[in-house]
Amino acid sequence: MSRRVPWTLIVLVLALTIPWFGSRYYTFLSTQIAILSLFAVSYNLLLGTTGLVSFGHAAYFGLGAYATGLLMKELQTPFLLALLAGGLLPAAFAALFGYFCVRLTKIYFSMLTLAFAQIVWAICFQWNEVTGGDQGISAIPYPELGWMSAIPGLGGFGTGDRFYIACLVLVILGIWILQRITNSPFGRMLTTIRENPERASFIGIDVRRYELAAFVISGGFAGMSGGLFGIFNRGVFADFMFWPKSAEVLIMTILGGMNHFWGPVVGTVLMVVLNQQITSYTEYWPLVLGTILLVLLFAFPGGLMGALEAGTKRLRGQKTGGGDA
Amino acid sequence: MAAEFLFSQFLSGLTTAIFLFLVASGLSLVFGILRVLNFAHGTFYMLGAYLAWQSMQWLAPAKEAFWFAALAAATGIAILGFVVERLLLRHLYGKEELYQLLFTYALVLILGDAAKILWGTGQLSVSRPPSVEGSITVFGTLLPTYNLFVMIVGFAIAIGFWVILQRTSAGRMIRAAAMDREMLSALGANVGVLYSGVFIVSSFLAGLSGALVSPIKAIVPGMDVEIIVEAFIVVVIGGLGSFWGTFLGALIYGQVLSFGILIFPRFSIFSVFALMAVILIVRPWGLLGRPLK
Repeated sequence: MSRRVPWTLIVLVLALTIPWFGSRYYTFLSTQIAILSLFAVSYNLLLGTTGLVSFGHAAYFGLGAYATGLLMKELQTPFLLALLAGGLLPAAFAALFGYFCVRLTKIYFSMLTLAFAQIVWAICFQWNEVTGGDQGISAIPYPELGWMSAIPGLGGFGTGDRFYIACLVLVILGIWILQRITNSPFGRMLTTIRENPERASFIGIDVRRYELAAFVISGGFAGMSGGLFGIFNRGVFADFMFWPKSAEVLIMTILGGMNHFWGPVVGTVLMVVLNQQITSYTEYWPLVLGTILLVLLFAFPGGLMGALEAGTKRLRGQKTGGGDA
Repeated sequence: MAAEFLFSQFLSGLTTAIFLFLVASGLSLVFGILRVLNFAHGTFYMLGAYLAWQSMQWLAPAKEAFWFAALAAATGIAILGFVVERLLLRHLYGKEELYQLLFTYALVLILGDAAKILWGTGQLSVSRPPSVEGSITVFGTLLPTYNLFVMIVGFAIAIGFWVILQRTSAGRMIRAAAMDREMLSALGANVGVLYSGVFIVSSFLAGLSGALVSPIKAIVPGMDVEIIVEAFIVVVIGGLGSFWGTFLGALIYGQVLSFGILIFPRFSIFSVFALMAVILIVRPWGLLGRPLK
């Protein structure tokens, strides 16, 4: 018997209907949420699933944004091809950097991810010929999505709406793949490594290889999310890779709850919506975010999903406890 | 290249190094004892600079009041550190490292904005006290007297620390805590008080370095985020938690930055991060640090 409500499906269907509300603002916000959700979910493959705290994930997001943006602007590469490159280039860099990072543990791992990310940032910030230096790359073209109007029901959509639909489909695909990976035997191994790396290596797992694989996959999807974001933002800037961006994705993930697959998505929705709401009242968004973070750390360390789970368990009482598994 | 020119580069690197040492020593101290990587250390530094400016406003027109202002700023930040440690950070000691990190990052966000609310987003500056105005000539290179003064302070603090660590009972406790804090508390030492003390000293150093930097650098929002990354590089090169390592790390950082600009003018920032990465790959615990258990 299935008492469970198919929340994921409901949310997806609702997300697809957003352009029909006809509000450019909602579509804009939803596009941002969709793209950053993929970023956060990819990040959580490292943080929540494997237990690796990366301080440099923005580097892969930014590399993907540069790769996709440059290919589309300078070489008129087709959208999907450019996006694929936006995943492959960061994945290659993640393989190179990750090779060294996974040899370290704890704070040293985090520090090395930070160092590599800052190296990439420094190069992109100063390499005017290719990346435009501190000016960045602007006027990245929207992908050619005119064919969508042939689909019944999508006729009246503008460029922004069509791009949103494309993003949503691609992001769902990406998150679905990441979920399959998380729930696969490979993903279970990652969790084993998170829980007890020593035991994992005793039972014959090559811990470093698994961690590296997670690092590369995570970097690749972060890159694709960055590729989409560059188009959405109509420009790519070195700021995408600066370390506070890495802190941002970490906070989004923690906010939603890193121990739950959908936690990062919840965190992203919360962060983007709050950011939009609060910045319309005050310029002191960091103050609000910092306060939220404090409350979270002291009151709900499991994030929103953790608090929700604890709440529903309490509502159902002890007798059904554990029936959720 | 003329020897004089090289010497002046060296001197400028040395000045950078001493300032960074002042900031990074507190960061390294807290990591060594509390095992907390304090992102807010840079913010304490920035607030120290703002407090020095504020004290100067109150004390103007007495220009020599800078000395008092610097001390007041450092004390103010030490009090802030005490409050933060006692009221909040203390409750996170048993928790995961990640939560402690996020806590200090939350402080960065909150205190950074608080500074903007209190002092605005414009540049503020503090003038040098007249007693250390002007400059002296060292081997044909001009060195501002103020910089010389700060170097002396930096060296004095380094030596003073070393004496405290080696010769006093508090120093023995600190060294013991850095090695095995569980054993230390099992032996009956009051680790809670030790942690508070270390955090206060670290905050004091952050505030002091912020105040000392205020006459030579503009005080602006964002200087916290900039300095904390530099301080991270320094402590990683020298070894997280190692006192002399931090000193060495700062000296190396200063020279790499100073000569890196000559060799790769466009990639000087790149060179210090590359150095950080290489050290982490080859010797993660830093040049003078010890591997963590």
